[in-house]
Amino acid sequence: MTTQALFGQLLIGLINGAFYALLSLGLSVIFGLLNIINFAHGALYMMGAFVAYFLLQWAGLGYWWALLAAPLVVGLVGIGLERAMLRWLYQLDHLYGLLLTFGLALVIEGLFRNQFGSSGLPYGIPPQLVGTYNLGFMFLPVYRAWVVVFSLVVCLATWFVIERTRLGAYLRAATENPTLVQAFGINVPRMITLTYGFGVALAALAGVLAAPIYQVNPLMGANMIIVVFAVVVIGGMGSIMGSIVTGFALGIVEGFTKVFYPEASNTVIFVIMALVLLVRPAGLFGRTA
Amino acid sequence: MTVTRLAILTLVAILAAAPASAQVSDGVVKIGILNDQSSLYADLSGQGSVVAARMAAEDFGADKKGIKVEFVSADHQNKPDVGSQIARQWFDTDKVDVIVDVPNSGVALAVNQIAREKGKALLISGAATADLTGKACSPNTIHWAYDTWALANGTGNAIVKTGGDTWFFLTSDYAFGHALERDTEAVVIKAGGKVVGKVRHPLNTQDFSSFLLQAQASKAKIIGLANAGGDTTNAIKQGAEFGIVKGGQNFAGLLVFVTDVHALGLQAAQGLILTETFYWDQNDSTRAFAKRFAERDRGIHPTMVHAGVYGAVLHYLKAVEALKGDDGTKVIAKMKELPTDDPLFGKGSIRVDGRKIHPAYLFEVKKPSESKGPWDYYKLRATIPAEQAFRPLEAGDCPLVKK
Repeated sequence: MTTQALFGQLLIGLINGAFYALLSLGLSVIFGLLNIINFAHGALYMMGAFVAYFLLQWAGLGYWWALLAAPLVVGLVGIGLERAMLRWLYQLDHLYGLLLTFGLALVIEGLFRNQFGSSGLPYGIPPQLVGTYNLGFMFLPVYRAWVVVFSLVVCLATWFVIERTRLGAYLRAATENPTLVQAFGINVPRMITLTYGFGVALAALAGVLAAPIYQVNPLMGANMIIVVFAVVVIGGMGSIMGSIVTGFALGIVEGFTKVFYPEASNTVIFVIMALVLLVRPAGLFGRTA
Repeated sequence: MTVTRLAILTLVAILAAAPASAQVSDGVVKIGILNDQSSLYADLSGQGSVVAARMAAEDFGADKKGIKVEFVSADHQNKPDVGSQIARQWFDTDKVDVIVDVPNSGVALAVNQIAREKGKALLISGAATADLTGKACSPNTIHWAYDTWALANGTGNAIVKTGGDTWFFLTSDYAFGHALERDTEAVVIKAGGKVVGKVRHPLNTQDFSSFLLQAQASKAKIIGLANAGGDTTNAIKQGAEFGIVKGGQNFAGLLVFVTDVHALGLQAAQGLILTETFYWDQNDSTRAFAKRFAERDRGIHPTMVHAGVYGAVLHYLKAVEALKGDDGTKVIAKMKELPTDDPLFGKGSIRVDGRKIHPAYLFEVKKPSESKGPWDYYKLRATIPAEQAFRPLEAGDCPLVKK
């Protein structure tokens, strides 16, 4: 394996890591601020990709519109779910939230699969992003470069809003002590609803990014969600920077495994998760509760 | 009459009243369709196979002939342990007489063992591994539709002849992928080509970028895709992104179904060369079948797996009628005796190793401009006659074949 080829694989790993980071960011935000283990995340990611597909098929609106519209649409759906079902569970054990969202995921995926089959639907790369860059050691598709850059920007922007702005400070305070924050006149339930909507919108955004590369497929969420959960657990549930860094890092680790022992590429992330949990149960960046 | 004579006469009467000839067990022929209904192979088999099986029973006229046919179906989720457990339960408790379809060679090999243990029948349409009529052949199993040897022989040979003489394999890491890679490698080497590299990927992989990069680095002229369903379509789609074809390499889709082409779209799939034993648009009877099938299965047109399920169930019912019973091993033996004839595969026969014989066809996927509408995807390049389409009987190491 030449160093050139290795660089190529590292870059690929980084690109996959971008998806993991974006998805685990949404999960982390929802868990860190709402204490809900959102198993429906994969299904909502899939819905984002489908909304992009529908926009193209029925309204002729292309990729750039979908980047804006899909997170909004799915975010609204998420808000609807939160208002109708999730908010009754905040006082209860985490397990109930997990069960509810898991059930939701099964229902949503089942409905889509029943309607659209499991082979997937085609969605083309937007014309502005077609082509490859010749980097010397590999040909990098323009679209994949765009995915890394865009994900990085979104992840850092989210981190900045939550950790460095006043709005973020309110959110973090509301998680720690909702009654006190409410006493200060801040509408905590509405903030929580909007946060869930935002986390869901992040998932849908990842779905739109994924649509031109992977098939728009009712199974795409199920395939991703388990890995994303492992990423969040390794990074530390609730740590925003943790999930971003871990997402990218694990993408690279997976890339390495695909080079040296591809048969294990499915399982290496879980092996790492097991090891991390043995040594640091709260995750690499997590705070012990 | 003395007590002893009475006793002997009673005994004789009882023995004479024992079952005279084989009966259809429980008065019902129960057919179980076991396949992937929720994952990457669901479109090429799945619910469509259930539809095909029902159509076969209707076309056979089971009601008019007084044979009661019942159907059950289940999802094996591509897991051999789940498939085995369902098969055992069906055979032991649910009185299922025959299991049909079983895509995913790992599951098929497991269920093959179980059917043999229990003396029941297994009609495989979905699974590919040629070992089912080779090392693992069984007097209880018939392998319909296609197998890895036929695919390798058709597609492999055709591609090497057109100049694709260096190969890199992208293989699905389980029984099917290994079998297809092994059979295709043998064909390539025999035809004078070379295999310059291989990489194995887990079943149901989403992202092929890393493997495609290795394939590009190998500079092989042909990237052989020893996988199926969602894996094949993902690899081809992502290959377009990485400029595989623009860079001078070509994909060989070793197992491609019409549902895969539908999912890829002709823009991405055009020019692919593939081997199938059935295409819905071949002649009037296949077209008529496809029309009825599509009405019952959300507009999807039948794949060769669906056609195989139809042909297998039809022939099975004919054998049950001739035998007047549904004992697994006996029905399979009867099916091998009777020549086959159905509107989808035409006339054919079943060999002693359980291999169903019919012609294979080399197709090329049309360009978007050549297609007149959805599902109009293939043009015929060559017909491989039945005697040449499948592995020769002696070459399979099947213990049922007497040397």
